[in-house]
Order: sequence, then structure tokens, then C-alpha cells
Amino acid sequence: MVEPKFFEGPQKGNLAAAYAAMDANVDVITAYPITPQTTVVEELSSLVGEEEFIARNQKTQFMRMESEHSVAAGLVGASYAGARVYSATAGQGLLYMTEMIHWMVGARLPVVLSIATRGLTGGGWNIWADYGDIMGLRDSGIMIQLLGTHQEIYDSILMGFNISEHPDVMLPLFPAYGGFVLSHTSKPVKRVPWEEAQKFVIPKRDEWEHVWIDSERPMMTGALIMPQSFYAEFRIKAHEAQLKAISVIKDTMAEFEKRFGRSYGNGLVEPYKADDADVLMIGYGTIAKQAEDAVDVLREQGYKAGALRVRTYRPFPTEDILKYIKKTQIVGVMDRAIAFGNPTAGPLSTDIMAACQRYDSTRNAKILPFIGGLGGRDVTYDDQIEQFKILFDLKEKGEAPKKPYKMWGTYWTGLITGSDKVPQGEEEYFGDI
Amino acid sequence: MAKTKIVDIVANPETKREYFLPGNATCQGCGLDLALRWAMKALGPKTATVSPASCANVVTGLWPKSAPDWAWFNMAFAASAAAASGMKHGLIAKGKGDYNVVVWAGDGGTADIGIQGLSGAAERNEDIIYVMYDNESYMNTGIQASSSAPRGTVTTTTPYGKAKKKKNVPMIVAAHNVPYVATCAVSDPMDLYDKFKKAKDIKGFRFIQILTPCPPGWRHEAQYTIKQAQLAVDTGVFPLFEIENGILTLSGKSKRLHDPTKRKPLSEYFSKKNQGRFKLIDDKLIEQLQQDVNEWWSWIDRYLVYQENLEI
Repeated sequence: MVEPKFFEGPQKGNLAAAYAAMDANVDVITAYPITPQTTVVEELSSLVGEEEFIARNQKTQFMRMESEHSVAAGLVGASYAGARVYSATAGQGLLYMTEMIHWMVGARLPVVLSIATRGLTGGGWNIWADYGDIMGLRDSGIMIQLLGTHQEIYDSILMGFNISEHPDVMLPLFPAYGGFVLSHTSKPVKRVPWEEAQKFVIPKRDEWEHVWIDSERPMMTGALIMPQSFYAEFRIKAHEAQLKAISVIKDTMAEFEKRFGRSYGNGLVEPYKADDADVLMIGYGTIAKQAEDAVDVLREQGYKAGALRVRTYRPFPTEDILKYIKKTQIVGVMDRAIAFGNPTAGPLSTDIMAACQRYDSTRNAKILPFIGGLGGRDVTYDDQIEQFKILFDLKEKGEAPKKPYKMWGTYWTGLITGSDKVPQGEEEYFGDI
Repeated sequence: MAKTKIVDIVANPETKREYFLPGNATCQGCGLDLALRWAMKALGPKTATVSPASCANVVTGLWPKSAPDWAWFNMAFAASAAAASGMKHGLIAKGKGDYNVVVWAGDGGTADIGIQGLSGAAERNEDIIYVMYDNESYMNTGIQASSSAPRGTVTTTTPYGKAKKKKNVPMIVAAHNVPYVATCAVSDPMDLYDKFKKAKDIKGFRFIQILTPCPPGWRHEAQYTIKQAQLAVDTGVFPLFEIENGILTLSGKSKRLHDPTKRKPLSEYFSKKNQGRFKLIDDKLIEQLQQDVNEWWSWIDRYLVYQENLEI
């Protein structure tokens, strides 16, 4: 056995992703550079030739493609053949592959594709953390996990194949993490030893249950389906698979914790001091992880704050979220993405408001939408303490406080406006608010 | 090239059998149908086809019916070359590397929306066969001009006749220095068969362009499909050739057509009487079309002159 170059220690998020794909023993990797994902595929191109992996006869094929559309198409082709496939992308690249992502869902192909999320362009290039890219695909049928730590990137990709390739699921899984915030910073990461990883990761199958390439059993896929035929039923089946994935994700998390002693809540949501909290802040990604620090500070000051990190965004963990909303009733929802023109402008807050209508016990909960950190703008835990204070204000006075950065019912944290946050002189960049 | 005869096809059960089954939804006189039929006789059952949006996606059968008696994957318009590349690598990973992976794309899916993927796969020298069945427009969506439509063609998006010449895709692919590039036409099925047979045994990226007339799109009667393809070859509009490892050989009837005087006059092909899509072609356009055809042949000449010097 060859000693691995890296096994445990400080590691960049993108490199943790690359190691996870190799440790999951993927068959085919398709690659194309895009900031801030690039170092994932860079690292993979080098890992496939590294002694550690060659010594154990790992035959991962690295394909250098000519665009993201082709990256995703290559994954589709390889997955049709029954191969375990992986790639990574970000922002514009994700947009460019969108057609093939919908194809993966429709064709029920298990793909793990990690995203170093970034801002989208048009008003100017932006390559920093912002979940607008992945949120644009929230209703495409892919499973989306929003990650909070470096170690979680590694663990989620390793677990990802068990969820995606599960016969009850057979849907692509996109683990997403903030560009630069996690992709290019280093924190302690520990790999799972090869033998143990192979025992944990779902065994490979010769072919999928629903699609194969075999001259003895020729089949055609992707044929034209008339309205009166089964198109609608196929679509509903994919929705059903999303719902089935909820228990698969929980089981996978439990199994992972049993074997390796690490866990991220129940795989769907990660609560932090949420059980006895008077107010609750729900969020995702690194900002939600940082909210835990804000909770600690507030608890020291005597405020019973709690946080809930939505780790799995699709399938939407309705019950797991509502369980906590039922308890606290005063809830803030923090989005690091903008959903133009929707009721709250935040994708998660709109989803949560809708989900609350399901039960009497949550229907009257007070949900305050927050949006911040767009395009990589810093959200400090002081900002988050202020957010919590708004929730406590609401709790004490029964009314959401007015703030200069509250517009259309949403609190826009960290906005450049007439507040003390204006970095350039006294100028107001956002007009009258 | 050893020319296969029809008796050889019939004598061998593997080639006698039909892979593209009868009862499919092709129009009367469909050139694509013929091309697919003869190509598959050469490729055999251990083939996986990836086919982008095109007539081929539809005529192969409405779900759950299927006319191809081999593995067939319909694919998104721009995605075929990349999906086929991935499929080949996936098959290798699963110990099935002996399958032919074949892209079956129309001219729109090749010359227009698919050209990035095509170029990428060609540059990587992926071990796949890319087939461009060329009916010179987007026929499936109802006859819109592609960049592979000849100058003057009337389509629903070029109602006054296409202003630009036909894109020379085989030479674009040949510029990637891939192991095999060939053109063929459904009017010479044995030549088509032999080219696929040869391509099958070559490793690396192979490209075959097939001229497949389309009666509803070209506006000719269904019984004249073969005649139309023949005429395109005889007039020199569509030269048949192979480029093997950079060496070009004219094939079939095109061998003797290097001499322009041996070609039938263009006006026989590009005329309102011959094909409805050429209804706006006048003498001035014929002159321009002659220039286009000469330019097309000049690419062939570049090879031939270069090869002559090689031999010295």
C-alpha cells in the first residue's frame, strides 16, 4: 500500500471534494474549468495519476471536455452505460449545463456534481459566494445539499453516491458550498481510509435497473411521449423519488455517523440550541454555520436564541423544519440568494412560509425574511446578532421593527444604503429607502 | 477498398437481418431510413447510438415503441458528441469497451448547434463514430435552413432563398486530423456500407457525412430520393471521398468527376423542376452555386496536390 500524500490536516474545500470523489471510486470524471470550482478538477486530473490511486488499481477516467454543457452531457452518456460519475462546476457553468441537468433528472441518472456557488453575471462578473446559481435549479428535480464546513464537503460527496444511486432515489445530487468561503480556504479535513470507504459507499452495479446497453436486450430511451401517454406519470415518479430520498438521506447520515463518528444533524437539518429557543434563525451554508456563534453570544447575554441550518434543500425537509417552527413561532429565514419577483425575494423564506400553511400549529408563526451576503458580501456575526435582535423585538413588541434596510417586508442585511455601512464617503448608492 | 456486393450482404445472416425495423415512422422515400438501414448492417448489434434532436428521434418510435433493434439513446440537441464520448468511457469502465458508440445526428445537430461538441470530441480523438445525416435543413421542425443548406434553398426561414453557401463540415472535421473522415450518399448503399465497415475497425474519432434526400423538405416526389442523391453526386455538388490518416481518396462515382467536364450540368440539379426548394434559382444563382461547388472541390484538390508531392 502506498502512503497517501494527504490523509488528514488542513485542506482546501475544493481539494476535499476531489479526494472524496476518488475515495468514492468514481468511474468517469468530466471536467471544465470555472472559478471558483476549477481547483476541484485540477486536483482530480492530478490525482488520477497519483501513486496512491494507481497502486490500488483504481481506473478512474478523467475526461477534459470543451464546455460545461459537454461536461454534463458526458456524465449523462457515461451514466447511461452504468458508470459512477462525478464532476464539479459553479455559477455560469451551472447555467450552461442546465439543459443536461434536467436531462439527468428525466432520465433518472444518479450523478454527483458539486457546486462552488457564486454570483451570476449580467450586471458584471461576480465569482464570490452566492447561492443564486444553484437556487435557480431548485425545482429541476435535482437533490440539493447546502454545506457548511470543509469536512462536510468531503463527507457529503462520499455519502452522495449512497443517496443518488439508491434504487429508491436514482436522482442527481448537487452538494453546494460557498465559493471562496469554503472552496479556497483551508480547515482540518480527514479522509476515510480506502477500505472503510469502499465498505461504506454503495456497491457498484453492472447496470441501472431502468436503463442499460446490451445487444441482447436492446432498448431505446428518450423517445417522444404523447400527452395521453406516460409523460405526466414519469414526472410525478421523479417527485416521488425526491420524497423517498428524505428517509434515504437520514439513513445514510445515521450509517455514516455510526461508522465514522461525524454527523450533520439528521442529514436534512442541523439544529443548534433550537429546542428551547425563544426565537429561531433558519439559514443555509456557511452563514447558517456562523449563526451558531451569534447564538452563543446572545445566550451569554441572556437571550435564548436558536439556529437551524437547512442542509438538504431538495428534497425539502418540511416536517423537520416545521417541528422547530412549531416550538418557537418567531422565526427568521436568511437567504444568500435572490429570487427575483417572488413573495419574499428569498427562495428559502418563500418555501418555509408556504410549508407553514400545512398545519394549524405553524400557520400563525411569524416568519421574517432576511437576505444578505449576495455576491460574496461579508455577513459578520455582529450582523447576525442584529438579525436576532429584530426577532426578539418582534417577540417582545408583537411587531416587526422598522429598519432602513427593510423593504417590501424583507430585511436586506448588509446593504449599502444610508446606514453606517456605506463604504464610500457619504454617498447613498441605493436611493431613498 | 474491397467493394461489397449485394449478394454478400444477402448471404450473411448478420447483414441480411434488418436492424432498423419496418413499421417505423419515416416518410415515404426517407433518405435517413435508408442510411440507417445500411449503416447498421455494417455496424452490427454491438452498437450504442446517441442521437440528438432530429427526425431520427421521432421516426424511431413514439414511446414505448422502438424501431431500432439495438441500443438507441435520444439526446439533447447540442449534446451528442459529448454524451457519446462519456458513453464510450462509461462502457470501458463497465468492461464493455467493444461496443461501437455512434452519434447519429442531422445536419443542424452537427453543423450548427452540435459543432462545439463535435470539435471537442474530434480534438480529443474520442473512440466514436460521428454520423452526420445531411438533409440540408431542419426537417423535423418543419424545414428551416441550417448552415448545411445550399445557397438559394427556399425554406420556411429563408423564404427568399438562402443567401449563404453550404458549410463544409467534413473539411472542418478533417482539419482536426482525425483518423477517418468520409462522405457517402444513399444512392450508393454499397459504398455507404463499405465505409461504415471500414470505420468500424478504425480506432479513434471517425466522421461520416451521408447525403440523405428528404422528399417533403426538398419538395420532390418520394420515388426520386435515390435519383436526387445520384444527381447531387453526378453534378459534383456532393463529392464522395475518404480521408484516411490525412490521405484523401475519391470514391464511387466521384472518382472520375475530378475532371469538371465529366460532371452533369448544375442546372439539372438546382432547378425548380427537379426540386421545389430550388424554385428561386436563376442563372445568376447557378453561377454562384458553380463557384461554391468549385470551392468545395478546391479543398479536395489541396489534398490531391499535396499527396502528389508526397509521392515525388
